[in-house]
Amino acid sequence: MDFGLSFYLAGAEIGLAAAALLLLLVTAWGGQRAARLVTIISVAALVGATAFTAAVMNNGAGLAQTEAFFGLYRLDTFAGFAKLLIYVSTIACLIVTPRYFERRGIYRGEYAVLMLFNAVGMGMMVSAVDLMTLYIGLELSSLSSYVLASFARNDMRSAEAGLKYFVLGALASGILLYGMSLVYGFTGNTSYAGIRAALTGELGTGALFGVVFVLAGLAFKVSAVPFHMWTPDVYEGAPTPVTTFFASAPKIAAVAVLARMTLYAFGEQLFGWQQIVVFAALASIVVGALGAIGQESLKRVLAYSSINNVGFLLIGLATGTPAGASAMLTYLVIYAAMTIGSFVALLMLTDDDGVPLSTFADIAGLAGTKPALAWCILLLMFSLAGIPPLFGFWAKFVVFQAAVQADLVALAAIGIAASVIGAFYYIKFVKVMFFDAPAGAEATRHVARSPAAHWAVLVIATLFISPLGFLLTPWLGAWSNQAAVSLFTLA
Amino acid sequence: MIGVEHYIIVGTILFVLGVLGIFLNRKNVIVILMAIELILLAVNINLVAFSAFLNDLAGQIFAMFVLTVAAAEAAIGLAILVIYFRGRGTIAVDDVDRLKG
Repeated sequence: MDFGLSFYLAGAEIGLAAAALLLLLVTAWGGQRAARLVTIISVAALVGATAFTAAVMNNGAGLAQTEAFFGLYRLDTFAGFAKLLIYVSTIACLIVTPRYFERRGIYRGEYAVLMLFNAVGMGMMVSAVDLMTLYIGLELSSLSSYVLASFARNDMRSAEAGLKYFVLGALASGILLYGMSLVYGFTGNTSYAGIRAALTGELGTGALFGVVFVLAGLAFKVSAVPFHMWTPDVYEGAPTPVTTFFASAPKIAAVAVLARMTLYAFGEQLFGWQQIVVFAALASIVVGALGAIGQESLKRVLAYSSINNVGFLLIGLATGTPAGASAMLTYLVIYAAMTIGSFVALLMLTDDDGVPLSTFADIAGLAGTKPALAWCILLLMFSLAGIPPLFGFWAKFVVFQAAVQADLVALAAIGIAASVIGAFYYIKFVKVMFFDAPAGAEATRHVARSPAAHWAVLVIATLFISPLGFLLTPWLGAWSNQAAVSLFTLA
Repeated sequence: MIGVEHYIIVGTILFVLGVLGIFLNRKNVIVILMAIELILLAVNINLVAFSAFLNDLAGQIFAMFVLTVAAAEAAIGLAILVIYFRGRGTIAVDDVDRLKG
Protein backbone atom coordinates (compact mmCIF):
# COMPACT_ATOMS: atom_id res chain seq x y z
CA MET A 1 0.00 0.00 0.00
CA ASP A 2 1.41 3.27 -1.16
CA PHE A 3 0.41 6.15 1.09
CA GLY A 4 1.40 8.74 -1.48
CA LEU A 5 -1.11 7.29 -3.90
CA SER A 6 -3.78 7.16 -1.16
CA PHE A 7 -3.34 10.83 -0.39
CA TYR A 8 -3.40 11.64 -4.09
CA LEU A 9 -6.69 9.78 -4.58
CA ALA A 10 -8.26 11.44 -1.54
CA GLY A 11 -6.70 14.81 -2.45
CA ALA A 12 -9.95 16.64 -3.11
CA GLU A 13 -11.39 15.73 0.30
CA ILE A 14 -8.15 16.47 2.14
CA GLY A 15 -7.83 19.86 0.46
CA LEU A 16 -11.45 20.77 1.17
CA ALA A 17 -11.19 19.66 4.80
CA ALA A 18 -8.03 21.74 5.30
CA ALA A 19 -9.68 24.76 3.69
CA ALA A 20 -12.78 24.33 5.86
CA LEU A 21 -10.77 24.10 9.09
CA LEU A 22 -8.73 27.16 8.17
CA LEU A 23 -11.80 29.18 7.23
CA LEU A 24 -13.44 28.19 10.50
CA LEU A 25 -10.63 30.01 12.29
CA VAL A 26 -11.02 33.01 9.98
CA THR A 27 -14.72 33.27 10.79
CA ALA A 28 -14.06 32.79 14.49
CA TRP A 29 -11.82 35.87 14.48
CA GLY A 30 -13.28 37.87 11.62
CA GLY A 31 -16.94 37.48 12.60
CA GLN A 32 -19.61 38.81 10.31
CA ARG A 33 -17.20 41.13 8.49
CA ALA A 34 -15.30 38.18 7.05
CA ALA A 35 -18.43 36.43 5.73
CA ARG A 36 -18.02 37.58 2.12
CA LEU A 37 -14.33 36.77 2.04
CA VAL A 38 -14.90 33.32 3.54
CA THR A 39 -17.60 32.61 0.96
CA ILE A 40 -15.33 33.62 -1.91
CA ILE A 41 -12.47 31.47 -0.63
CA SER A 42 -14.87 28.56 -0.11
CA VAL A 43 -16.07 28.80 -3.69
CA ALA A 44 -12.43 28.93 -4.80
CA ALA A 45 -11.67 25.80 -2.74
CA LEU A 46 -14.61 23.99 -4.32
CA VAL A 47 -13.50 25.06 -7.79
CA GLY A 48 -10.04 23.75 -6.93
CA ALA A 49 -11.50 20.43 -5.77
CA THR A 50 -13.54 20.20 -8.99
CA ALA A 51 -10.48 20.90 -11.12
CA PHE A 52 -8.39 18.40 -9.17
CA THR A 53 -11.00 15.65 -9.47
CA ALA A 54 -11.42 16.40 -13.18
CA ALA A 55 -7.66 16.19 -13.67
CA VAL A 56 -7.42 12.86 -11.81
CA MET A 57 -10.36 11.55 -13.87
CA ASN A 58 -8.78 12.77 -17.07
CA ASN A 59 -5.73 10.59 -16.66
CA GLY A 60 -7.96 8.01 -14.96
CA ALA A 61 -7.12 5.44 -17.61
CA GLY A 62 -3.55 5.60 -16.36
CA LEU A 63 -4.54 4.98 -12.76
CA ALA A 64 -3.30 1.47 -12.09
CA GLN A 65 -4.99 1.50 -8.73
CA THR A 66 -8.16 3.24 -7.64
CA GLU A 67 -8.28 1.92 -4.07
CA ALA A 68 -6.79 3.98 -1.28
CA PHE A 69 -6.16 3.48 2.43
CA PHE A 70 -6.20 -0.33 2.44
CA GLY A 71 -9.48 -0.64 0.60
CA LEU A 72 -11.46 1.91 2.63
CA TYR A 73 -11.75 4.43 -0.14
CA ARG A 74 -11.99 4.37 -3.90
CA LEU A 75 -11.78 6.99 -6.59
CA ASP A 76 -13.09 5.25 -9.69
CA THR A 77 -14.89 6.91 -12.60
CA PHE A 78 -18.20 6.51 -10.78
CA ALA A 79 -16.96 8.35 -7.70
CA GLY A 80 -15.35 11.01 -9.88
CA PHE A 81 -18.58 11.49 -11.82
CA ALA A 82 -20.63 11.88 -8.65
CA LYS A 83 -18.05 14.15 -7.04
CA LEU A 84 -17.86 16.54 -9.97
CA LEU A 85 -21.64 16.79 -9.97
CA ILE A 86 -21.72 17.33 -6.20
CA TYR A 87 -19.01 20.00 -6.23
CA VAL A 88 -20.57 21.90 -9.12
CA SER A 89 -24.00 21.81 -7.43
CA THR A 90 -22.47 22.99 -4.17
CA ILE A 91 -20.75 25.88 -5.93
CA ALA A 92 -24.02 26.89 -7.59
CA CYS A 93 -25.83 26.75 -4.24
CA LEU A 94 -23.11 28.69 -2.47
CA ILE A 95 -22.95 31.61 -4.89
CA VAL A 96 -26.70 32.24 -4.77
CA THR A 97 -26.74 32.27 -0.97
CA PRO A 98 -25.17 35.45 0.47
CA ARG A 99 -27.71 37.93 -0.90
CA TYR A 100 -30.63 36.06 0.64
CA PHE A 101 -29.18 36.09 4.15
CA GLU A 102 -27.53 39.51 3.90
CA ARG A 103 -30.90 41.07 3.18
CA ARG A 104 -32.02 39.67 6.54
CA GLY A 105 -28.74 40.67 8.21
CA ILE A 106 -27.91 37.13 9.30
CA TYR A 107 -25.22 36.06 6.88
CA ARG A 108 -22.18 34.54 8.54
CA GLY A 109 -19.03 32.86 7.30
CA GLU A 110 -19.98 29.65 9.08
CA TYR A 111 -22.51 29.02 6.35
CA ALA A 112 -19.79 28.58 3.74
CA VAL A 113 -17.70 26.52 6.15
CA LEU A 114 -20.64 24.17 6.78
CA MET A 115 -21.11 23.81 3.03
CA LEU A 116 -17.44 22.85 2.70
CA PHE A 117 -17.72 20.23 5.45
CA ASN A 118 -20.84 18.97 3.78
CA ALA A 119 -18.94 18.66 0.49
CA VAL A 120 -16.14 16.74 2.24
CA GLY A 121 -18.69 14.35 3.74
CA MET A 122 -20.46 13.84 0.42
CA GLY A 123 -17.16 13.19 -1.34
CA MET A 124 -16.30 10.55 1.26
CA MET A 125 -19.74 8.96 0.90
CA VAL A 126 -19.49 8.43 -2.84
CA SER A 127 -15.91 7.18 -2.58
CA ALA A 128 -16.61 4.84 0.33
CA VAL A 129 -16.10 1.13 -0.29
CA ASP A 130 -16.24 0.26 3.37
CA LEU A 131 -19.12 0.65 5.84
CA MET A 132 -16.98 2.73 8.21
CA THR A 133 -15.94 5.27 5.58
CA LEU A 134 -19.53 5.46 4.45
CA TYR A 135 -20.80 6.09 7.96
CA ILE A 136 -18.29 8.84 8.73
CA GLY A 137 -18.92 10.59 5.41
CA LEU A 138 -22.68 10.30 5.74
CA GLU A 139 -22.69 11.71 9.26
CA LEU A 140 -20.34 14.57 8.38
CA SER A 141 -22.71 15.53 5.61
CA SER A 142 -25.89 15.00 7.65
CA LEU A 143 -24.72 16.84 10.76
CA SER A 144 -23.77 19.92 8.77
CA SER A 145 -27.09 19.70 6.93
CA TYR A 146 -29.03 19.82 10.23
CA VAL A 147 -27.27 23.05 11.16
CA LEU A 148 -27.81 24.53 7.70
CA ALA A 149 -31.55 23.80 7.88
CA SER A 150 -31.86 25.86 11.05
CA PHE A 151 -29.42 28.55 9.93
CA ALA A 152 -31.99 31.36 10.01
CA ARG A 153 -32.27 30.77 13.72
CA ASN A 154 -34.63 33.60 14.55
CA ASP A 155 -37.13 32.31 12.02
CA MET A 156 -39.27 29.72 13.78
CA ARG A 157 -39.97 27.82 10.58
CA SER A 158 -36.27 27.36 9.96
CA ALA A 159 -35.69 26.18 13.54
CA GLU A 160 -38.58 23.76 13.25
CA ALA A 161 -37.27 22.45 9.93
CA GLY A 162 -33.88 21.89 11.56
CA LEU A 163 -35.46 20.07 14.47
CA LYS A 164 -37.55 17.80 12.25
CA TYR A 165 -34.66 17.11 9.93
CA PHE A 166 -32.44 16.29 12.88
CA VAL A 167 -34.85 13.86 14.53
CA LEU A 168 -35.77 12.01 11.35
CA GLY A 169 -32.22 12.12 9.99
CA ALA A 170 -30.84 10.69 13.21
CA LEU A 171 -33.48 7.96 13.13
CA ALA A 172 -32.48 7.16 9.54
CA SER A 173 -28.82 7.00 10.52
CA GLY A 174 -29.75 4.70 13.39
CA ILE A 175 -31.68 2.36 11.10
CA LEU A 176 -28.86 2.38 8.55
CA LEU A 177 -26.31 1.71 11.26
CA TYR A 178 -28.33 -1.15 12.73
CA GLY A 179 -28.47 -2.67 9.25
CA MET A 180 -24.74 -2.22 8.90
CA SER A 181 -24.11 -3.97 12.21
CA LEU A 182 -26.22 -6.95 11.07
CA VAL A 183 -24.50 -7.05 7.68
CA TYR A 184 -21.15 -6.96 9.43
CA GLY A 185 -22.17 -9.70 11.84
CA PHE A 186 -23.54 -12.07 9.22
CA THR A 187 -20.83 -11.53 6.61
CA GLY A 188 -17.85 -10.87 8.89
CA ASN A 189 -16.77 -7.95 6.72
CA THR A 190 -17.13 -4.20 6.64
CA SER A 191 -15.66 -3.79 3.16
CA TYR A 192 -18.02 -3.85 0.20
CA ALA A 193 -15.83 -6.39 -1.61
CA GLY A 194 -15.91 -8.73 1.39
CA ILE A 195 -19.67 -8.30 1.81
CA ARG A 196 -20.19 -9.06 -1.87
CA ALA A 197 -18.09 -12.20 -1.63
CA ALA A 198 -19.92 -13.36 1.51
CA LEU A 199 -23.44 -12.64 0.26
CA THR A 200 -23.69 -15.31 -2.41
CA GLY A 201 -26.35 -17.95 -2.81
CA GLU A 202 -29.33 -18.09 -0.49
CA LEU A 203 -29.65 -15.01 1.72
CA GLY A 204 -29.92 -15.91 5.43
CA THR A 205 -32.52 -14.28 7.68
CA GLY A 206 -30.01 -12.16 9.58
CA ALA A 207 -28.28 -10.89 6.47
CA LEU A 208 -31.65 -10.23 4.85
CA PHE A 209 -32.66 -8.05 7.80
CA GLY A 210 -29.34 -6.24 7.49
CA VAL A 211 -29.87 -5.57 3.78
CA VAL A 212 -33.43 -4.34 4.37
CA PHE A 213 -32.39 -1.99 7.19
CA VAL A 214 -29.50 -0.59 5.16
CA LEU A 215 -31.82 0.05 2.22
CA ALA A 216 -34.43 1.65 4.50
CA GLY A 217 -31.83 3.97 6.00
CA LEU A 218 -30.57 5.03 2.59
CA ALA A 219 -34.14 5.43 1.28
CA PHE A 220 -34.60 7.98 4.06
CA LYS A 221 -31.58 9.93 2.85
CA VAL A 222 -32.76 10.00 -0.78
CA SER A 223 -36.33 10.72 0.47
CA ALA A 224 -37.90 7.77 -1.33
CA VAL A 225 -41.43 6.75 -0.33
CA PRO A 226 -42.25 5.36 2.29
CA PHE A 227 -39.52 7.34 4.04
CA HIS A 228 -40.28 10.71 2.48
CA MET A 229 -42.48 12.41 5.10
CA TRP A 230 -39.74 14.78 6.28
CA THR A 231 -39.07 16.18 2.80
CA PRO A 232 -41.95 18.65 2.27
CA ASP A 233 -41.70 20.04 5.82
CA VAL A 234 -37.93 20.47 5.77
CA TYR A 235 -37.87 21.90 2.26
CA GLU A 236 -40.58 24.38 3.13
CA GLY A 237 -39.15 25.48 6.47
CA ALA A 238 -35.47 25.70 5.59
CA PRO A 239 -34.23 28.97 4.03
CA THR A 240 -34.60 28.75 0.23
CA PRO A 241 -30.84 28.65 -0.56
CA VAL A 242 -30.51 25.73 1.86
CA THR A 243 -33.47 23.99 0.22
CA THR A 244 -31.78 24.45 -3.16
CA PHE A 245 -28.78 22.69 -1.73
CA PHE A 246 -30.75 19.87 -0.04
CA ALA A 247 -32.58 19.06 -3.23
CA SER A 248 -29.36 18.83 -5.24
CA ALA A 249 -25.98 17.83 -3.81
CA PRO A 250 -26.87 15.65 -0.77
CA LYS A 251 -29.48 13.86 -2.85
CA ILE A 252 -26.94 13.15 -5.59
CA ALA A 253 -24.53 11.79 -2.99
CA ALA A 254 -27.20 9.61 -1.37
CA VAL A 255 -28.32 8.19 -4.72
CA ALA A 256 -24.69 7.43 -5.58
CA VAL A 257 -24.21 5.67 -2.24
CA LEU A 258 -27.41 3.69 -2.77
CA ALA A 259 -26.20 2.66 -6.24
CA ARG A 260 -22.80 1.53 -5.01
CA MET A 261 -24.33 -0.31 -2.08
CA THR A 262 -26.94 -2.21 -4.10
CA LEU A 263 -25.02 -2.83 -7.32
CA TYR A 264 -21.64 -3.54 -5.79
CA ALA A 265 -21.89 -4.66 -2.14
CA PHE A 266 -25.23 -6.48 -2.60
CA GLY A 267 -24.53 -7.14 -6.28
CA GLU A 268 -24.91 -10.91 -5.96
CA GLN A 269 -28.34 -10.53 -4.37
CA LEU A 270 -30.15 -8.70 -7.15
CA PHE A 271 -33.39 -10.57 -6.56
CA GLY A 272 -33.21 -9.82 -2.84
CA TRP A 273 -33.24 -6.03 -3.19
CA GLN A 274 -34.78 -5.55 -6.61
CA GLN A 275 -38.36 -5.84 -5.36
CA ILE A 276 -37.68 -3.33 -2.61
CA VAL A 277 -36.24 -0.79 -5.04
CA VAL A 278 -39.07 -1.37 -7.54
CA PHE A 279 -41.62 -0.76 -4.80
CA ALA A 280 -39.85 2.39 -3.59
CA ALA A 281 -39.60 3.66 -7.18
CA LEU A 282 -43.29 3.16 -7.92
CA ALA A 283 -44.44 4.54 -4.59
CA SER A 284 -42.20 7.60 -4.94
CA ILE A 285 -43.44 8.36 -8.43
CA VAL A 286 -47.10 8.03 -7.45
CA VAL A 287 -46.86 9.86 -4.11
CA GLY A 288 -44.68 12.57 -5.67
CA ALA A 289 -47.23 13.09 -8.43
CA LEU A 290 -50.38 12.98 -6.29
CA GLY A 291 -49.06 14.67 -3.16
CA ALA A 292 -48.27 17.93 -4.91
CA ILE A 293 -51.70 18.41 -6.41
CA GLY A 294 -53.46 20.12 -3.49
CA GLN A 295 -50.45 22.18 -2.39
CA GLU A 296 -50.42 25.95 -2.44
CA SER A 297 -46.83 26.51 -1.31
CA LEU A 298 -44.39 26.54 -4.22
CA LYS A 299 -41.60 25.02 -2.14
CA ARG A 300 -43.81 22.12 -1.08
CA VAL A 301 -44.74 21.48 -4.70
CA LEU A 302 -41.07 21.36 -5.65
CA ALA A 303 -40.40 19.07 -2.67
CA TYR A 304 -42.96 16.60 -3.99
CA SER A 305 -41.44 17.04 -7.43
CA SER A 306 -38.08 15.96 -6.02
CA ILE A 307 -39.72 12.87 -4.44
CA ASN A 308 -41.22 12.13 -7.84
CA ASN A 309 -37.81 12.47 -9.51
CA VAL A 310 -36.20 10.12 -7.01
CA GLY A 311 -38.72 7.52 -8.18
CA PHE A 312 -37.47 7.84 -11.76
CA LEU A 313 -33.87 7.59 -10.57
CA LEU A 314 -34.75 4.39 -8.71
CA ILE A 315 -36.26 2.90 -11.89
CA GLY A 316 -32.79 3.09 -13.41
CA LEU A 317 -31.33 1.50 -10.31
CA ALA A 318 -33.98 -1.24 -10.14
CA THR A 319 -32.80 -2.71 -13.44
CA GLY A 320 -29.55 -3.75 -11.80
CA THR A 321 -27.74 -3.53 -15.15
CA PRO A 322 -24.89 -1.25 -16.27
CA ALA A 323 -27.28 0.30 -18.80
CA GLY A 324 -29.72 1.12 -15.99
CA ALA A 325 -27.00 2.61 -13.81
CA SER A 326 -25.80 4.68 -16.75
CA ALA A 327 -29.34 5.95 -17.38
CA MET A 328 -29.64 6.80 -13.68
CA LEU A 329 -26.45 8.87 -13.81
CA THR A 330 -27.62 10.74 -16.90
CA TYR A 331 -30.90 11.43 -15.11
CA LEU A 332 -28.99 12.63 -12.07
CA VAL A 333 -27.07 15.27 -14.07
CA ILE A 334 -30.21 16.61 -15.73
CA TYR A 335 -32.14 16.46 -12.45
CA ALA A 336 -29.45 18.54 -10.72
CA ALA A 337 -29.71 21.26 -13.37
CA MET A 338 -33.52 21.27 -13.28
CA THR A 339 -33.83 21.33 -9.51
CA ILE A 340 -31.16 23.99 -8.95
CA GLY A 341 -32.70 26.10 -11.69
CA SER A 342 -36.21 25.89 -10.30
CA PHE A 343 -35.23 26.58 -6.70
CA VAL A 344 -33.05 29.52 -7.74
CA ALA A 345 -36.06 30.85 -9.63
CA LEU A 346 -38.03 30.63 -6.36
CA LEU A 347 -35.18 32.41 -4.63
CA MET A 348 -35.49 35.26 -7.12
CA LEU A 349 -39.19 35.63 -6.39
CA THR A 350 -38.98 38.10 -3.53
CA ASP A 351 -40.66 41.44 -3.19
CA ASP A 352 -38.89 44.69 -2.37
CA ASP A 353 -39.01 44.00 1.37
CA GLY A 354 -37.28 40.67 0.94
CA VAL A 355 -40.45 38.69 1.67
CA PRO A 356 -40.56 35.64 -0.58
CA LEU A 357 -43.47 35.07 -2.95
CA SER A 358 -44.29 31.64 -1.70
CA THR A 359 -47.66 30.57 -3.05
CA PHE A 360 -49.32 30.16 -6.43
CA ALA A 361 -51.50 33.21 -5.74
CA ASP A 362 -48.33 35.31 -5.35
CA ILE A 363 -46.98 34.50 -8.79
CA ALA A 364 -50.23 35.12 -10.70
CA GLY A 365 -49.52 37.23 -13.75
CA LEU A 366 -45.75 37.06 -13.32
CA ALA A 367 -45.29 36.88 -17.08
CA GLY A 368 -46.49 40.46 -17.34
CA THR A 369 -44.11 41.93 -14.78
CA LYS A 370 -41.05 39.68 -15.09
CA PRO A 371 -41.21 38.03 -18.51
CA ALA A 372 -37.61 36.70 -18.54
CA LEU A 373 -38.00 34.99 -15.18
CA ALA A 374 -41.42 33.61 -16.14
CA TRP A 375 -40.04 32.12 -19.36
CA CYS A 376 -37.14 30.49 -17.51
CA ILE A 377 -39.60 28.94 -15.04
CA LEU A 378 -41.75 27.79 -17.96
CA LEU A 379 -38.82 25.98 -19.56
CA LEU A 380 -37.76 24.42 -16.26
CA MET A 381 -41.29 23.22 -15.47
CA PHE A 382 -41.83 21.72 -18.92
CA SER A 383 -38.46 20.04 -18.59
CA LEU A 384 -39.36 18.61 -15.16
CA ALA A 385 -42.59 17.33 -16.69
CA GLY A 386 -40.50 15.58 -19.34
CA ILE A 387 -42.00 17.28 -22.35
CA PRO A 388 -39.90 17.13 -25.53
CA PRO A 389 -37.89 18.90 -26.94
CA LEU A 390 -36.55 19.88 -23.53
CA PHE A 391 -33.67 17.97 -21.99
CA GLY A 392 -35.78 16.59 -19.14
CA PHE A 393 -37.47 14.41 -21.73
CA TRP A 394 -34.16 12.77 -22.57
CA ALA A 395 -33.57 11.95 -18.88
CA LYS A 396 -36.89 10.12 -18.59
CA PHE A 397 -36.41 8.51 -22.00
CA VAL A 398 -33.08 6.84 -21.16
CA VAL A 399 -34.42 5.60 -17.81
CA PHE A 400 -37.54 4.06 -19.39
CA GLN A 401 -35.45 2.59 -22.18
CA ALA A 402 -33.17 0.87 -19.66
CA ALA A 403 -36.21 -0.42 -17.74
CA VAL A 404 -37.78 -1.88 -20.90
CA GLN A 405 -34.51 -3.51 -21.88
CA ALA A 406 -34.33 -5.13 -18.43
CA ASP A 407 -37.89 -6.52 -18.85
CA LEU A 408 -39.39 -4.13 -16.31
CA VAL A 409 -42.06 -3.03 -18.79
CA ALA A 410 -44.79 -2.67 -16.16
CA LEU A 411 -42.56 -0.39 -14.09
CA ALA A 412 -41.84 1.81 -17.11
CA ALA A 413 -45.54 1.92 -18.05
CA ILE A 414 -46.65 3.00 -14.57
CA GLY A 415 -43.84 5.54 -14.51
CA ILE A 416 -44.99 7.09 -17.77
CA ALA A 417 -48.62 7.16 -16.58
CA ALA A 418 -47.64 8.86 -13.31
CA SER A 419 -45.48 11.41 -15.09
CA VAL A 420 -48.60 12.49 -16.95
CA ILE A 421 -50.31 13.10 -13.60
CA GLY A 422 -47.24 14.98 -12.43
CA ALA A 423 -47.39 17.21 -15.47
CA PHE A 424 -50.56 18.70 -13.96
CA TYR A 425 -48.80 20.72 -11.30
CA TYR A 426 -45.82 21.63 -13.45
CA ILE A 427 -48.19 23.09 -15.99
CA LYS A 428 -50.09 24.80 -13.19
CA PHE A 429 -47.05 27.03 -12.72
CA VAL A 430 -47.28 28.05 -16.36
CA LYS A 431 -51.03 28.56 -16.24
CA VAL A 432 -50.82 30.75 -13.14
CA MET A 433 -47.89 32.82 -14.37
CA PHE A 434 -49.12 33.40 -17.91
CA PHE A 435 -52.90 33.29 -17.84
CA ASP A 436 -54.09 34.29 -14.36
CA ALA A 437 -54.67 37.89 -13.47
CA PRO A 438 -53.02 39.00 -10.24
CA ALA A 439 -55.71 39.11 -7.56
CA GLY A 440 -56.37 42.22 -5.46
CA ALA A 441 -53.59 43.22 -3.12
CA GLU A 442 -51.12 40.86 -4.77
CA ALA A 443 -51.03 43.18 -7.75
CA THR A 444 -49.07 45.73 -5.73
CA ARG A 445 -46.32 43.30 -4.79
CA HIS A 446 -43.39 44.16 -6.91
CA VAL A 447 -40.76 41.52 -7.60
CA ALA A 448 -37.39 42.89 -6.58
CA ARG A 449 -34.39 43.03 -8.89
CA SER A 450 -32.31 39.90 -8.62
CA PRO A 451 -28.53 39.92 -8.22
CA ALA A 452 -26.36 38.85 -11.14
CA ALA A 453 -25.29 35.61 -9.40
CA HIS A 454 -28.91 34.40 -9.35
CA TRP A 455 -29.41 35.24 -13.01
CA ALA A 456 -26.15 33.53 -13.94
CA VAL A 457 -27.08 30.25 -12.22
CA LEU A 458 -30.66 30.37 -13.52
CA VAL A 459 -29.62 31.07 -17.11
CA ILE A 460 -26.95 28.35 -17.13
CA ALA A 461 -29.41 25.80 -15.70
CA THR A 462 -32.08 26.85 -18.18
CA LEU A 463 -29.71 26.65 -21.14
CA PHE A 464 -28.62 23.20 -19.99
CA ILE A 465 -32.17 21.86 -19.92
CA SER A 466 -33.20 23.69 -23.10
CA PRO A 467 -33.02 21.77 -26.42
CA LEU A 468 -29.39 22.93 -26.60
CA GLY A 469 -28.69 20.32 -23.94
CA PHE A 470 -29.13 17.60 -26.55
CA LEU A 471 -25.81 18.70 -28.02
CA LEU A 472 -24.25 17.23 -24.87
CA THR A 473 -25.91 13.81 -25.12
CA PRO A 474 -23.03 11.92 -26.81
CA TRP A 475 -20.57 13.22 -24.25
CA LEU A 476 -22.93 12.75 -21.29
CA GLY A 477 -23.91 9.25 -22.43
CA ALA A 478 -20.30 8.12 -22.91
CA TRP A 479 -19.31 9.47 -19.54
CA SER A 480 -22.29 7.91 -17.73
CA ASN A 481 -21.52 4.58 -19.39
CA GLN A 482 -17.93 4.72 -18.29
CA ALA A 483 -18.95 5.56 -14.72
CA ALA A 484 -21.57 2.78 -14.67
CA VAL A 485 -19.08 0.23 -15.97
CA SER A 486 -16.56 1.20 -13.28
CA LEU A 487 -19.29 0.60 -10.70
CA PHE A 488 -19.57 -3.00 -11.87
CA THR A 489 -15.82 -3.56 -12.04
CA LEU A 490 -14.58 -5.61 -9.15
CA ALA A 491 -11.36 -4.51 -7.55
CA MET B 1 -23.81 -20.16 28.69
CA ILE B 2 -24.34 -16.76 27.14
CA GLY B 3 -23.74 -16.79 23.39
CA VAL B 4 -23.74 -14.15 20.70
CA GLU B 5 -27.47 -14.63 20.10
CA HIS B 6 -28.29 -13.30 23.56
CA TYR B 7 -26.42 -10.10 22.83
CA ILE B 8 -28.24 -9.79 19.53
CA ILE B 9 -31.58 -10.20 21.30
CA VAL B 10 -30.68 -7.47 23.81
CA GLY B 11 -29.56 -5.26 20.92
CA THR B 12 -32.82 -5.88 19.06
CA ILE B 13 -34.92 -5.09 22.12
CA LEU B 14 -33.04 -1.83 22.69
CA PHE B 15 -33.38 -0.90 19.02
CA VAL B 16 -37.12 -1.51 19.02
CA LEU B 17 -37.48 0.46 22.25
CA GLY B 18 -35.57 3.34 20.69
CA VAL B 19 -37.72 3.40 17.55
CA LEU B 20 -40.93 3.15 19.58
CA GLY B 21 -39.63 5.90 21.84
CA ILE B 22 -39.42 8.22 18.86
CA PHE B 23 -42.85 7.41 17.48
CA LEU B 24 -44.97 6.90 20.60
CA ASN B 25 -43.63 9.79 22.63
CA ARG B 26 -45.94 12.80 22.40
CA LYS B 27 -44.46 14.84 25.20
CA ASN B 28 -40.94 16.03 24.97
CA VAL B 29 -38.26 16.35 22.33
CA ILE B 30 -35.55 15.51 24.88
CA VAL B 31 -37.07 12.04 25.15
CA ILE B 32 -36.57 11.68 21.40
CA LEU B 33 -32.89 12.50 21.81
CA MET B 34 -32.67 9.82 24.48
CA ALA B 35 -34.40 7.33 22.19
CA ILE B 36 -31.84 8.09 19.46
CA GLU B 37 -29.05 7.37 21.92
CA LEU B 38 -30.77 4.09 22.73
CA ILE B 39 -30.72 3.10 19.06
CA LEU B 40 -27.02 3.88 18.79
CA LEU B 41 -26.40 1.91 21.96
CA ALA B 42 -28.17 -1.08 20.44
CA VAL B 43 -25.91 -0.80 17.40
CA ASN B 44 -22.81 -0.69 19.59
CA ILE B 45 -23.86 -3.80 21.48
CA ASN B 46 -24.39 -5.56 18.17
CA LEU B 47 -21.05 -4.47 16.78
CA VAL B 48 -19.03 -5.41 19.84
CA ALA B 49 -20.82 -8.76 20.24
CA PHE B 50 -20.27 -9.66 16.59
CA SER B 51 -16.68 -8.47 16.82
CA ALA B 52 -15.97 -10.77 19.76
CA PHE B 53 -17.85 -13.63 18.11
CA LEU B 54 -16.03 -13.27 14.79
CA ASN B 55 -12.61 -12.64 16.38
CA ASP B 56 -12.38 -9.58 14.16
CA LEU B 57 -11.35 -6.15 15.44
CA ALA B 58 -13.22 -4.13 12.81
CA GLY B 59 -16.47 -4.19 14.77
CA GLN B 60 -14.91 -2.64 17.85
CA ILE B 61 -13.25 0.09 15.80
CA PHE B 62 -16.61 0.75 14.18
CA ALA B 63 -18.14 1.04 17.67
CA MET B 64 -15.56 3.71 18.53
CA PHE B 65 -16.58 5.71 15.48
CA VAL B 66 -20.24 5.34 16.40
CA LEU B 67 -19.55 6.62 19.94
CA THR B 68 -17.73 9.68 18.61
CA VAL B 69 -20.37 10.53 16.07
CA ALA B 70 -23.14 9.97 18.63
CA ALA B 71 -21.56 12.61 20.86
CA ALA B 72 -21.40 15.10 17.98
CA GLU B 73 -24.96 14.27 17.02
CA ALA B 74 -26.25 14.87 20.55
CA ALA B 75 -24.41 18.21 20.70
CA ILE B 76 -25.97 19.41 17.46
CA GLY B 77 -29.40 18.09 18.43
CA LEU B 78 -29.36 19.95 21.72
CA ALA B 79 -28.11 23.13 20.04
CA ILE B 80 -31.00 23.04 17.58
CA LEU B 81 -33.38 22.34 20.47
CA VAL B 82 -32.07 25.40 22.31
CA ILE B 83 -32.74 27.78 19.40
CA TYR B 84 -36.13 26.18 18.94
CA PHE B 85 -36.97 26.67 22.61
CA ARG B 86 -35.80 30.30 22.51
CA GLY B 87 -38.26 31.05 19.76
CA ARG B 88 -41.25 29.01 20.80
CA GLY B 89 -40.89 28.65 24.57
CA THR B 90 -41.91 25.00 24.40
CA ILE B 91 -40.38 21.70 23.37
CA ALA B 92 -43.54 19.59 23.46
CA VAL B 93 -43.68 17.28 20.45
CA ASP B 94 -47.31 18.16 19.72
CA ASP B 95 -46.39 21.82 19.33
CA VAL B 96 -43.91 21.15 16.53
CA ASP B 97 -46.56 21.76 13.91
CA ARG B 98 -45.92 25.05 12.14
CA LEU B 99 -44.99 23.24 8.94
CA LYS B 100 -47.63 21.05 7.40
CA GLY B 101 -49.89 20.74 4.42
